Amino acid sequence: MMGKEIVALIGTGQTKFKTHYADKTYVELAQDAAKLALDDAGMEPGEIDAVVFSMAPTQFMGVNDCDRWATSHVWGAGKPFMRIHAGGATGGSALHAGYIHIASGMYRNVLVVGADRVAETPDAQHVLNLIWDRFYEHDFALNTVTMTALAAQRYMSRYGMTEEQFARVVVRARKNAMGNPYAHLRGDITVDDVLNSPRVAYPYKRFDICPRSSGAAAVVLSNLDVAKAKCSRPAFVNGVSAITHSVFMGDRMGVYSDTEFSDHDGEHIAAHEAYRQAGITDPSSQIQVAELYDPFSTFQFPMLESLGFCGRGRAAAISDAGGWDLHSGHVAVGPSGGTLCTNPIGVTGLVRVVDAANQVMGKSGQNQVKGVKNTVATAAGGSTQFFTVTVLGEDYTAPGKSVGGAQQ
Amino acid sequence: MSTAIDDNVIHGEWHVRYNYSVGKVAGHFFDGLKQKKILASLCSTSGIAYLPPRAYCERSFEPCDGWVEVGHEGTVEAATLVTAQFENLPPPPYAIAYARLDGASTALVNFVRGMDLSDVPAAMAKLKPGTRIKVVFKDEPEGRITDFHYEVIA
Repeated sequence: MMGKEIVALIGTGQTKFKTHYADKTYVELAQDAAKLALDDAGMEPGEIDAVVFSMAPTQFMGVNDCDRWATSHVWGAGKPFMRIHAGGATGGSALHAGYIHIASGMYRNVLVVGADRVAETPDAQHVLNLIWDRFYEHDFALNTVTMTALAAQRYMSRYGMTEEQFARVVVRARKNAMGNPYAHLRGDITVDDVLNSPRVAYPYKRFDICPRSSGAAAVVLSNLDVAKAKCSRPAFVNGVSAITHSVFMGDRMGVYSDTEFSDHDGEHIAAHEAYRQAGITDPSSQIQVAELYDPFSTFQFPMLESLGFCGRGRAAAISDAGGWDLHSGHVAVGPSGGTLCTNPIGVTGLVRVVDAANQVMGKSGQNQVKGVKNTVATAAGGSTQFFTVTVLGEDYTAPGKSVGGAQQ
Repeated sequence: MSTAIDDNVIHGEWHVRYNYSVGKVAGHFFDGLKQKKILASLCSTSGIAYLPPRAYCERSFEPCDGWVEVGHEGTVEAATLVTAQFENLPPPPYAIAYARLDGASTALVNFVRGMDLSDVPAAMAKLKPGTRIKVVFKDEPEGRITDFHYEVIA
């Protein structure tokens, strides 16, 4: 579905990401990102018409429904304010909510902002285990690590990937992150470093898994009139789509399933619709940068395939050949280092949008890809259940040219 | 002397208790387990036999209108082997698998027990999708999903 108004992203902000922020509280961190995005957009808080707050489970940072605590800190008091929560997909969905605010014509300027502090508790995977129903699945040690390890093992069985091919993804991500001053993990590591790190859940070793990050992100979205007046080089939000599956992963495998768990094919359905809105017919030639929600080394391949950058089962071979490398590849995949290097869950999807938008706006510094016209940002959450796709571009596509929801 | 910023934290813990109502559908399924029967809810419109059972068919949007007892053998669809300790989760190592029990349309998660897990790649080679497993019940089932587990059929 597309709205009446063109939506431009005219300001971005993110803090440095690290394990702990000892020098400020959660709400002060969110405030920092809000201020950065407002300054980048050249705006005062009073010019913002509505605020969307991006926050996933609050048990990590330990203040129940902490959006209430944050309202005035992010200058939401006296305005429409809503929190969006779709698990790991939260940041993608929050951006989409902000988009709809503008596209509908109801608001001119919207701040989308959030923060997370995943390491405030040592019990993160215990908290994540609690998302499964108490009757049938909770007792079997499902959490984000084990559920995606299950998907990865199935994917490996379908297409024949090796642990070494996943390790190359980690090496590339950590290397890319060296040029991103906000990244949590970074460094020059080797495939052997990944393969020799302690085993956690097959096929994962410790280095195949993202860190628990703290930090904040924000963007300012505006309509075309404001964008023209305020921003010489906005990133236009040209395609937004989301798809949701059943919580039961077992419904999504085997001969009776209408979707394939290990392929992340919800992302395929969402991408099809987002591309249609954005006029993307050949992703590999029209999109230069992909910022993926990839908290595990095994996410990139099925996601790139779902986004149409290559056929099913092909992404690993292209990775081995350097096709997803930052400056020398065909498409720059995760130039920021991605979610593998930085995962503040409640805003990770928004960080992907910030990084993808900065590439369009020419603000990515050392990691700026040349000749960026379009970028794509994804998010995924729940039991590999919620998928969002956002397409950003240097030019806008005409509104109203397409109607209807996601279609396969 | 002031406290160093890095050490200045306030400790907190949440203790929250719940009683989850089981309802009719799960209640019937759990009653079946007490007799060592695994019951899938069946939709006669779509022909889908759901495990875990559902009140409504999520494909046809019709109520599930029957029950079918599934087999005590099945096929692995996905598996992993956990070798690290997660907070408040079982001590490693343990294997988890989704398996489609014979007669069910969907896969059900459980632990896979009774195998040597000391060599991870060797154990995983025996848990590939397509591997046949059997259901092993406790001697005295209590009407809970933990009444049974999977074992690889040798």
